Formats: sequence, structure tokens, C-alpha cells
Amino acid sequence: MTRLRSLLLLIAVLAVALPATAHAATPQTSLHDVEAEVMCVSCGVPLAIADSPQADAERREIRRLIAQGKTKGQIKDALVAQYGDRVLASPKDDGFGLAAYLVPIVLVLLALVAGAVVLPKWRAKNRDDRAIPAADGPRLTDADARRLDEDLARYDV
Amino acid sequence: MTAARRRPVVPIVVGLLAAALVGLLVYGVVHGGQDTTLDDAVKAGQRPDAPGQDIKRPLLGDDGRRRSLADYRGQVVVLNFWASWCEPCRAEAPILQKTQAKLTAAHAGTVLGATYNDAADDSTAFEREFKVSYPSLRDVGTDLADEYGTRALPETFVLDRDGKVVAISRGQVTQRFLDNAIAQARAKAAPAS
Repeated sequence: MTRLRSLLLLIAVLAVALPATAHAATPQTSLHDVEAEVMCVSCGVPLAIADSPQADAERREIRRLIAQGKTKGQIKDALVAQYGDRVLASPKDDGFGLAAYLVPIVLVLLALVAGAVVLPKWRAKNRDDRAIPAADGPRLTDADARRLDEDLARYDV
Repeated sequence: MTAARRRPVVPIVVGLLAAALVGLLVYGVVHGGQDTTLDDAVKAGQRPDAPGQDIKRPLLGDDGRRRSLADYRGQVVVLNFWASWCEPCRAEAPILQKTQAKLTAAHAGTVLGATYNDAADDSTAFEREFKVSYPSLRDVGTDLADEYGTRALPETFVLDRDGKVVAISRGQVTQRFLDNAIAQARAKAAPAS
């Protein structure tokens, strides 16, 4: 009987504790979180920096959805259903919006190509510069070199 | 003798990239500009075809039913883009409701709202507040509004029975504007049955 009572007590404790743990594992979405990823559809600027009646209405809608316990993904889906794809901060991947994705890729590729072409030349030039000794005057003739060797020989200890 | 100077590659590449970016910017500005074709035609006394007549949109309050402007062919249509967050829209709602009552009584046509960047719950609350009886389409994504060059609210387009634009009001409508435009739209002969 005592064992059964202990078991029931354990089940009751778990029943209370598990939802609390699950709740702690999925923190509630904040307006700030969502604002950073959606646009004010009428002003064409991120909602986080928008100041207009439509932006205020959009924030109210987000707060309403947060109060319903929706996740950020669910809130964004709901906003798309209300306002269309334009509400998402990421540009569309067609038409002029495609440029937002392509231009950085093209720039990186061009930078890589430029690097591949310019860097070897630059390094080779540096190597050559190091190989050439600083010359303050004309090169020694063979006769002068012989005379210099003889002079230096006289200073040998 | 020194070797012939080689052209520097990097400044040329940077210059080309800068030119390409400027070109992209110009393209964006030009294609993002306001199209005034419709307004110019109406101002010139023409009756251009109403754009986007086949775009189907769900009815506010009944997402299962979809309507397009083409469904209202044969009637005078006062197409009004609105949103609950738009103050002038609130001011003109009673005028539009009065106009709807007149059009219905005369069996002449209807006011047709189109919500613009508005959450459905807010739009429905607006309709309740102003006792709006005319139908409204939920223009999610503003595809219909884009066809009319709508950028600011409210905007109203009066269409005759043939689906031609008779008058445009970009801003809050007045009763006088609506009465004149509707009279003009009704003056056009009804389509042959």
C-alpha cells in the first residue's frame, strides 16, 4: 500500500514537473526576436526600425500571436498568410530580389579571381626585389674585384 | 630601355564593378518608380481597362470564397483600397457605406473594398465598427493594389459596367467625388445582353 502511494506521488510530481521542463526548453518568442526578421510591409523597412501606423498594427498582430504561444516560425508563417511574402526580411529569390543573392556571390568570385591573378605576381615581384642587392654604383670590373681581394688579403690576421 | 608599362588590372576591375553596381541601382530606382499611365489616361478623358480584373482574392470574413473584379462586370464598382490602421480610411468609411446603400437601392453596382497590408482580425473589427455592408477582398501580398499603383491609403477607383476606369481618387474620397464619378460611370450604356 505504501509502495502504491509512493508510485502515485511520483507520477503526480512528474506530471507537474514535465510540462514545466518542456516549457523551459522552448522559451517564449519575443517581439524583438520577430521584429528583427520581418518587414513593415507598407514602409519597406525592417519592422524593428519602422515607425508608422501599419508597423504598429503589425506589432500588435505579432504580440497577439506571441500571446497565443506561437513559435517564431509559426508567427512568421502567420504573418505571411496575413501580409504575403513581402513581410519576410529576406528578399525574394526571383526578379530584382535575386540580385541580393547574386551580387555578393559575384563579388566574392571576382575577389577570388583577382586574388589568384594578382597575388602570385605580387609575391614574385617581392621575391625579385629581395634577390637584387642594393647597388649604390656600377658593378665592379674583374680587375677591380681582383684588386679588392688583394687589398682585403692584406688585412688578414 | 625600360619595358612598355602594363595597364593596371585592379583599378579597371574595380571601375567595372562600380559601374555595374551603379547600373543595378539605376535599374532598381527606375523599375521601382510610380507608374502614372492609368492616372494620365483618366485625366485625358479616356476610360482605360481596369487592371487586374482576373486576380482572384478571398472575401474578408469568408476565406473560402474568392472573387475577382471580373465577377462584378455589368455593375458600377467603387473599388476602395483600405486598412484598419489608416486614419483617412476611418474618416471615409461612412461615406462609402452611404454610397453602397445608394448603389444597392438603385441596383446599379457596389462598393468593393480591398484590404491593404491589414491583418484579417483588424479588418473585420473595422467593418463591425463602421457597420460596413459592402464586400471586401483580402489583397494579401497587395498584387491587386500593385496593379493600380497603390502606395498610400486610401485610394478609390470608380469602374463603369464594362470594367473601365472612370475616376481615380488617390486620397480620402468625398461624397461629391463619388456622386460625380458614379453618375459618369452609369452614363455609359449597359452592355448588350
